[in-house]
Amino acid sequence: MSTALTRLPPNLRLISAALVAIWLIAAAFPFLWTVWGSFKVEADFFSRQDWMSALTGPRTRLQTGGAYTLDGYRGAWIEREFWRAAVNTLIVTVSVTLISLTIGTLGGYALARSGYRYAFWILIAALVFRAMPHITLVSGYMLPFFELNIWGVLPTTIIVLVAINQPFTLWMLHSFFLSIPKDLDESALVDGCTRFEAFRLVVIPVMWPGVITTGLFSFLLAYNDFAVTSMLLSQENQTMVPKIASFLGSIHEEGNVMFAVAAVVSATVPLFILVLFFQRQIVSGLTAGAVKG
Amino acid sequence: MPTHAEEDARAVPHRTFAWFMLPSILAMVLFITLPVVSVVVQSLFVEHERVMALVETCGPFGCSREARVDTAATAALQAARPLGRFAGLSNYTDRNHLALAEVGRILGQEATLGRKLADLANLPFYRALAFTLTYCMVVTPLAMMLGFAVALGVNALPKLVRGPAIFLSILPMIITPLVGSLILFWMFDPNGILGATIQWLAADPRLSLRASATLTWITLLTYGVWAHAPFSFVVFYAGLQTVPGDTLESAMIDGASRWERIRHVVIPHLAPLAAFVALVQLMDNFRVFEPIVGFSAEANATSLSWLIFNDLVSSDTQQFGAAGATSILTIAGVIVLLIPVLVRTWRDFNRKAAR
Repeated sequence: MSTALTRLPPNLRLISAALVAIWLIAAAFPFLWTVWGSFKVEADFFSRQDWMSALTGPRTRLQTGGAYTLDGYRGAWIEREFWRAAVNTLIVTVSVTLISLTIGTLGGYALARSGYRYAFWILIAALVFRAMPHITLVSGYMLPFFELNIWGVLPTTIIVLVAINQPFTLWMLHSFFLSIPKDLDESALVDGCTRFEAFRLVVIPVMWPGVITTGLFSFLLAYNDFAVTSMLLSQENQTMVPKIASFLGSIHEEGNVMFAVAAVVSATVPLFILVLFFQRQIVSGLTAGAVKG
Repeated sequence: MPTHAEEDARAVPHRTFAWFMLPSILAMVLFITLPVVSVVVQSLFVEHERVMALVETCGPFGCSREARVDTAATAALQAARPLGRFAGLSNYTDRNHLALAEVGRILGQEATLGRKLADLANLPFYRALAFTLTYCMVVTPLAMMLGFAVALGVNALPKLVRGPAIFLSILPMIITPLVGSLILFWMFDPNGILGATIQWLAADPRLSLRASATLTWITLLTYGVWAHAPFSFVVFYAGLQTVPGDTLESAMIDGASRWERIRHVVIPHLAPLAAFVALVQLMDNFRVFEPIVGFSAEANATSLSWLIFNDLVSSDTQQFGAAGATSILTIAGVIVLLIPVLVRTWRDFNRKAAR
């Protein structure tokens, strides 16, 4: 971009930098604080005397002998079997991402290459579906799923998350496909490919950036969901987020809020890594939706 | 009415289109459209009443008859007709939803407006609606303004530090909403860093989220702005990269000040993006739910989504009828919210088709 916006008078530059600094602290400090605190005991992280204890950790030293403790992690992962929830999360997120992308690329491609009125209506319906709070749909699933005896298992949740995710996936992939010139599949058709072959052999190979970006968002939706997973999974099939919520219900009796803190930090780590590696794709995905959607 | 596509031989033919779309359509019909139908049906039913049986108990002082719940018969009835009893629209009009009778009484009584509003706010549905709408109307503009300010600020940073700044900035958006609200909730705990600081600032050792409804609302709104500002930031920041440089240059040569340049060149350039951001944020804020659970705020603030959740998890019998009615009212709210957008999209499409 031009320098006309970036070149600032010194005092304005200082104010603007200060504002950004304050925002960055507000954005990142809660995570640092919680990660640090997760290695302390409850009496330090929630100190009655002075919040500074969370930094210095006098009680941690008294209770465990060291400055840091892994008790929270041990309690959550081993005692309360958080690892089981982590495995379930892995299964759910990977399946949701793969299925969403498979059926989403097919649909998104067709929508981008059809100018008929019904394609427009499908996109509008998808927009309305996208706006519906997930929990309203969940209340419609429960009774039929009980009756069909498919409530509580992972495959049901996976399919439901794919379906709920589909409106967004279709919109995003549709706008990515629009940016690929029609001439490309055109020439493949002239060369004797069927529509599907043109899609698979010619269009998809140049679509990878769009597919990866959309896949990231499918992953995030499945990973971050609470409404669907908390209502549709039985106790032993819970994924991480509902498992954390179930910690909250029972910690008051045991006085072990640190299990939940450790679990929260554990669930945050994969997201950190994701942003670290895919920052560019996430940013471009959000803007692709904005510019074209 | 033929669109330009119908003369365009290059468009995907109907049959091929249908095959490509089939899996997506199937998924959306089965798991979005049918559940909505199922919710509508559910909302017309209420749970069975418990089957009572007269039981004769005989003791040393003679026999007495009393009514007891016949568990087996209740379960049998439940299994035979899982939907419950047909109740018509009573789910919608009862005290927990639109509460027509109560609203009539409140509006009819001799009282000040403030008193009437307070009474209305005691009805569960209106209480949730009030918070949901406040959350939409406060968080959406504030998050957009903060996002825009941060975008301008980051844009003025040296190139080298922009990447890390973007990385830190998008964390609150990418984080699982329940996890993000828990992290802030623990900091706002009276024994946590922010909670203790607030008590110290207010010089009130008993001020806490649990005790103060005002503090709960402010905290939830703060969480909302914190979690949603990054989205506006990313979109506006990307928009800033495409501001036409020569327009800016010529504005500068014409003697426009920095504010005038932002006001007359940058903001008009970003306006379509702002409309998009506002739409997405309104849709997301309207379904506000996880923060209420994360902040354990239900005593002081509830939302429409939370009401549905609460009916579904209620301990003894799940209240599908009540949840269904709230769901339908919520969906109606979403559609009202979307109507302006839908109308505009429809006009745009027709204009394009007519060309």
